Amino acid sequence: MNILVCITSVPDTTSKISFSDNDTKFVSAGITFIIGPYDDYALARAVELKEAAGSGNITVFHVGEADSEPVIRKALAIGADDAVRVNSVAKDGYFVADQIAAYAKTKSFDLILMGKESIDFNSGIVHGLVGELLGIPSISPVMKLNINGNEATMEKEIEGGKETLQASLPLVLGCQEPIAEWKIPSMRGIMSARTKPLQVIEPTSFSSGLEFEKYELPTPRTNCKMISDSQVEELVTLLKSEAKVI
Amino acid sequence: MSVLIFLETTDNQIKKSSLEALVYGRTIASRSGGSVTAVVAGNPSNLSEAASHGASSVMQISDSRFSQNDTQAFAEALSEAANQKSASLIVMAKSVFSDSIVPKLSSIWKAGAATNVVSLPESDANFSVKRSIFTGKAFEAMKLTSERKIVSIKKNAVAVSLAPAAGEVVAFQPSVSSKAFSIRTVSTEKATGEILLSDAEIVVSGGRGLKGPENWGLVTDLAKVLGAATGCSKPVSDLHWRPHHEHVGQTGIKVSPNLYIAIGISGAIQHVAGISSSKVIVAINKDPEAPIFKAATYGIVGDAFDVVPKLTQALRNSL
Ligand SMILES: Cc1cc2nc3c(=O)[nH]c(=O)nc-3n(C[C@H](O)[C@H](O)[C@H](O)COP(=O)(O)OP(=O)(O)OC[C@H]3O[C@@H](n4cnc5c(N)ncnc54)[C@H](O)[C@@H]3O)c2cc1C
Repeated sequence: MNILVCITSVPDTTSKISFSDNDTKFVSAGITFIIGPYDDYALARAVELKEAAGSGNITVFHVGEADSEPVIRKALAIGADDAVRVNSVAKDGYFVADQIAAYAKTKSFDLILMGKESIDFNSGIVHGLVGELLGIPSISPVMKLNINGNEATMEKEIEGGKETLQASLPLVLGCQEPIAEWKIPSMRGIMSARTKPLQVIEPTSFSSGLEFEKYELPTPRTNCKMISDSQVEELVTLLKSEAKVI
Repeated sequence: MSVLIFLETTDNQIKKSSLEALVYGRTIASRSGGSVTAVVAGNPSNLSEAASHGASSVMQISDSRFSQNDTQAFAEALSEAANQKSASLIVMAKSVFSDSIVPKLSSIWKAGAATNVVSLPESDANFSVKRSIFTGKAFEAMKLTSERKIVSIKKNAVAVSLAPAAGEVVAFQPSVSSKAFSIRTVSTEKATGEILLSDAEIVVSGGRGLKGPENWGLVTDLAKVLGAATGCSKPVSDLHWRPHHEHVGQTGIKVSPNLYIAIGISGAIQHVAGISSSKVIVAINKDPEAPIFKAATYGIVGDAFDVVPKLTQALRNSL
C-alpha cells in the first residue's frame, strides 16, 4: 500500500501569536514549529497501517521553505519512508491542494491522508479540493480507519455522533483523533531519518481568488469578576441583567 | 448580488446557525437588491422560518438519498441551484457537515471560498471579510476576488433578526453525478434531541476536575436547565468519559456561544483557543490560580460538587 501523508508545519499549540509590520507579518521568532496535530494523527495511522500490512511505502509531503525541514525529518523519524518538499511558502489552501494533486498525479497512491485542518489558517479545505482535483472521493473528519484489500472502513464524525462508512481506494481523508495515538520517534527512528530521501521540488504555477489583507488580535477580556461560592444567585443575576445571556 | 443559502437540518429542524447564515446572506443581497434563495433537503418542521428570516424562495430537495448527508451530492446540488438562480454567493453555517461540502463546492462551482468567517464583507465590490485563524487566537482580513464566492460563517457572526419574505417553496430535483452517493453508509450513531455544540447559544463543559463519568449529571443537569449543549476538555474525551464529538478546543470543536460555562477545566491554552470567541465565559474551579480565570468573564472559586448543584437550583428557581 502506498500512502501519501501531507503535513503542515505550525506553531506549537502553546504558542502566543503576535504580528509585526503593521499586522501583516506573523512573528515566528521564539516559536517552536511542530507537525500539525491533526496531520500527526494521520501520520501515526499511516505508520500503523503499514506495520499491519507488513509492506508498503509512506511518503510525507510538505509545502514550505527549507526552515521546515526539521518537521519533515521528524515525520520520517516517526516512520515515513521518504519525503517531498515543495519549495514555497504555503500561500493558501488552494495553492497547497494544487501542489499535492500535481504530485499525486505522477504517482499512484492508495491513500492520501492529512489532518482535517491546519491549526494556523484553519481553512479545512485542502482534502476536499485534492479529492476533486484527482477525481476521487474525499472524506473528513475521519476518526477511525481500517483497510481490507481495496476497501476502507471508516468512522466519520457527524454532528452529535458518528457514522461508519465504506468506500473503495483510492481515497483522500482528513483525519482527527482518535484515529491513532500520536507517536514519539524512537532513537533508531531519529538516526535513520537523517538518511531517508527528501526530495525538493518547485511549485506549479498558480493563481488564487483569495487576497490576504492583514492580521488582527482579539481584544483581551477585561478582568474576571469573582463571585463567592456561597452566592451563586449573584452569578444568575449578573448573567441575566449585566451580560444578558440567559 | 443574488445569494444562495444552504439550510442544514438536525432532528428535522432547520438549525439556528443556518438561520444566521440566511440573515448573513439576506443582508448582503439587500445591499444591491439581489435575490435570496434557500436550499433545504427534507421537510423540516420549521420550514416557515426560512420565509420569516428573509428567503424569497426555498428550493426543497425531496430525493430521499439526500437524507444520507453525502457531501459530494450536496456540493453538486448547491452548485446546480446557484446556477439556476444566477447566484454569485453561497453562504452556509460552519459545521462538521458543511466543512466537507465547502471545498467540493468550491471546486465544482469554481468559486473562491472563505471559511470560519466572523464578519460581513465590506461591500460587494470590496469583498473583504474577517476570518478566525490560529484556532481562535487571531483573525485575518482577507478579500475574495473570484467572481463566485462561498462563505462559511462561524456561530454568532451576525445577530438573527426577522425580515419576512415570500419564501415560496419550490421542488428541486438535483441531477447528481455518479460520484455522488459512492460512499456507503454502514451505520449511524447519533444522539437525538440533543442540542448540538455548533448550534448552541449556551455550552456547559466539564473537565478532569469532575473526577469521572459518573459525575457528569452535574454538567447535564445544569445544561438542561439552560437549554445548553454539553462539551468537555480533551483529556475527558481521551479517557472516554464523554464522546469525542463533545471535545472542545484547539484540536476539537471551536465554539462561539453567547455563554460558555467551564467546570473543573484548568484553562490550558489549547482549551481556551477553542472557546475564546464566546461572548461570556464563566469559570468554576477550586484552584484560584487556574488559568481559566484569565479567560473568563465571571469566576467562582469553589468545589464544583458544591457550587454546580447550587447554581443549577438557583437557575431553576429564576428561569
Ligand atoms: C497538541 C495538543 C492539543 C491539545 N488540544 C486540546 C484541546 O483541543 N482541548 C483541550 O481541552 N485540551 C487540549 N489539549 C490538552 C491541554 O493541554 C490540557 O491538558 C487539557 O485541556 C486539560 O484538561 P482539563 O482542564 O480538563 O484537566 P486539568 O488540566 O487536569 O484540570 C482540571 C482542573 O479541575 C480543577 N478541579 C479539580 N477538582 C475540582 C473540583 N472538585 N471542583 C472544581 N474544580 C476542580 C483543577 O483545579 C484543575 O484546574 C491539547 C494538548 C496538546 C499537547
